[in-house]
Amino acid sequence: MSTATSSLPRTIGAHAVLLTYTVIALFPVIIVIVNSFKSRAAIFGAPLAPPTPKTFDLIGYTTVIGQGDFIHYFQNSLVVTVASLFFVLLFGAMAAFALSEYRFRGNSLMGLYLALGIMIPIRLGTVAILQLMVASGLVNTLTALILVYTAQGLPLAVFILSEFMKQVSDDLKNAGRIDGLSEYTIFFRLVLPLVRPSMATVAVFTMIPIWNDLWFPLILAPSEETKTVTLGAQLFLGQFVTNWNAILAALSLAIMPVLILYVIFSRQLIRGITSGAVK
Amino acid sequence: MGSLNIENVKKAFGPVEVLKGINLEVTDGEFVVFVGPSGCGKSTLLRVIAGLEDSTSGRVVIDGADVSATPPAKRGIAMVFQTYALYPHLTVKNNMGLGLKQAGTPAAEIDRRIGIASSMLSLEPYLSRRPAELSGGQRQRVAIGRAVVREPKLFLFDEPLSNLDAALRVNTRLEIAQLHRRLKATMIYVTHDQVEAMTLADKIVVLNAGKIEQIGGPMELYNSPANEFVAGFIGSPKMNFVDGARLGETAKTIGVRPEHLTVDAKSGAWKGTVVHAEHLGADTNLYLDCEKAGLITVRIFGVYNAETGATLYATPDPAKTYRFGADGKVLK
Ligand SMILES: Nc1ncnc2c1ncn2[C@@H]1O[C@H](COP(=O)(O)OP(=O)(O)O)[C@@H](O)[C@H]1O
Ligand SMILES: [Mg+2]
Repeated sequence: MSTATSSLPRTIGAHAVLLTYTVIALFPVIIVIVNSFKSRAAIFGAPLAPPTPKTFDLIGYTTVIGQGDFIHYFQNSLVVTVASLFFVLLFGAMAAFALSEYRFRGNSLMGLYLALGIMIPIRLGTVAILQLMVASGLVNTLTALILVYTAQGLPLAVFILSEFMKQVSDDLKNAGRIDGLSEYTIFFRLVLPLVRPSMATVAVFTMIPIWNDLWFPLILAPSEETKTVTLGAQLFLGQFVTNWNAILAALSLAIMPVLILYVIFSRQLIRGITSGAVK
Repeated sequence: MGSLNIENVKKAFGPVEVLKGINLEVTDGEFVVFVGPSGCGKSTLLRVIAGLEDSTSGRVVIDGADVSATPPAKRGIAMVFQTYALYPHLTVKNNMGLGLKQAGTPAAEIDRRIGIASSMLSLEPYLSRRPAELSGGQRQRVAIGRAVVREPKLFLFDEPLSNLDAALRVNTRLEIAQLHRRLKATMIYVTHDQVEAMTLADKIVVLNAGKIEQIGGPMELYNSPANEFVAGFIGSPKMNFVDGARLGETAKTIGVRPEHLTVDAKSGAWKGTVVHAEHLGADTNLYLDCEKAGLITVRIFGVYNAETGATLYATPDPAKTYRFGADGKVLK
C-alpha cells in the first residue's frame, strides 16, 4: 500500500517493530515444537538448536501416542471446547438480539447484569460450583465442564454481540416482518449472517481460554474418563522425573486443534468483512 | 379496496410524545404524501400503519377493518424502505417471492407475479443476481418489485429515493408515478423533500412535530397555506417572511414567495442591495438586503444580470401576499 503519507523508512520501521514482536511472541512456541522432535540429551545439551539427523528423535510422540488414553483426552478437550463454543455463540447471540431489538422494561438493567460477568472471574465461585455439581451428580462429567465454560463465555459474547446487532439495519428486519418471517427466521437467516465477523471474533476469544484451562478439569472432572489434554499432559510431569520429550510432544499436539479452529474462524472473519452485505 | 382511516393515533417513546393525535382519511387509489422536516414523526406514523410499531392509543383501519392488533404480514400492505432492505443472501427473484412463499401462494402464481413485476420495472436480466451485484437504482427497483408482487391494498414508501443520486431520483420518481397510474393502488409516500411531494401527490399531508399542519392538494397548499409553517415548507426557494411591524402592517408577519416579487432598478416598494445572485439559466435567484424588509430572495424567470452591490427595488404582488397572525395562522 503506497499512500502519500507512507515513506520507505517509515514502512521499514513499522515492519521491524512488528517482526520483532512476532519473533518474541512465537519464540516459546517454536522452541517447544523444535525440541519436541529431539532426543532428551539434545534438549538439554543445545535447547536452541534445530534437530539434526543425529539428534532427531520421535520418542516424545511415540510415548504420547502409545499412551492409549491421550487420544481420548484430546477427544474430551475437543468435545468440551466445541460444545461450549456452540452454546456460548447460540445463547450469546440470542440474548444480544433480544437486548438490542426489543424494548422491554429493565432492558438496560438486564444488559448490565449479563455483562457483569466480564468483570467477575468465574473462579471465585469455584467452591459453590463444585457443591452444585456434586449435588446434581455432574462431577466427573464433560457436561459439568461445558456448563461452566458456557457460563464463563456468555458475558463477553453478549456484550460484544449486542453492540454489533444494534448496527444491523432495522429496515431489513422490518422488511422480513412485513414478508411474514418469524422472529426466529429473522434472527437466524437475516441477522446472524450479517454479524458473522463478530461471531468469529467472539469464538476466538472464547475458545482459547477453554482449551487451555487446567483449573476446572482438575477440580470438576479429573477422572481418567473425562481428562482433558491440558490435564492429561500433567501425567508426564512427575514429582521426581519429568518426561520432557513427552510433555513437549503433547503440548505441540495440543496446539494443533486450536490452530485449525482459529484458521477457520479467521477466514470467516475476513470473508464477513469483505462481502459488504448491508448496502 | 384500499382505503385507510387513522383515528386519533398517538405514539410515545417513554415520556417523548412523537405523534400527538393524528386523524387522516385516505380513499381508494389515492397517492398521499407525508411531508415534513426530519424527525417530525413521518416514519413513525408509517410504521404504525404498517404494524411495525404499536400506537399508544388510537385506531388504524384498513378497508373498514380495525387492524390495530393485526401483525404486519396480515395487513395487506407492502413497504419500500430508504435503505432498500433487500435480503442479502437471496437472488432478486427470491427477494421478490419470499413474502408470497411465506403466505403459501402456489409457485406458479408466484412466478407469474414476479414475471409481471420484473417486466414492469425492467428487472428481467437481473432475476438470478444477488443484491450485492446490483447498482443502487436497481436495488431500489427490486425493493419496489418486492412490494408490487404482493398486490397489496396499500403501498407504503419511506423515503425511497433518498439514497439515490439526483438523476436516478428523477427517473425513479417517474417510475413510481407510472406505477401508481398503472396499478391504481393506494400509495402512501413519506419524504422530507417538498419537490417529491409536489410532483407525486394527489394529497399532501404536512407534518410538523408530530401534528398535522395541513392536508390538501399540491396547488391548494401552494396557493392557500393554512399557516406560516406550511407556507415556508412548500415552495422553493422558501417564502420570504417579513416582520409586519417593520412594514407598518397590523399582521405579525407578512409572507411573499420569491416568484411573486418583481425587481426594478429605479423604483419600487423595498429598496435593497444585491448580496448574491444565482444564475440557473431558466431562472435567477437574487438575494437582496432591503432596508425595510431585511434579507429576501427574489426569483426572476429567465436571465437577469445583476451585479453584487447594485441597488434594486423589489415590489411584492399584493394579490399574492400572505398575512400571518401572532399564532402563525393565516389571516383572511
Ligand atoms: N425507537 C425509538 N425510540 C425512541 N425514539 C424514537 C424511536 N423511533 C423514533 N424516535 C423518535 O421519534 C421522532 C420521530 O422519528 P421519525 O418518525 O423517524 O422521524 P422522520 O419524520 O424523520 O421519519 C424522532 O425524534 C426520533 O428520535
Ligand atoms: Mg424517516
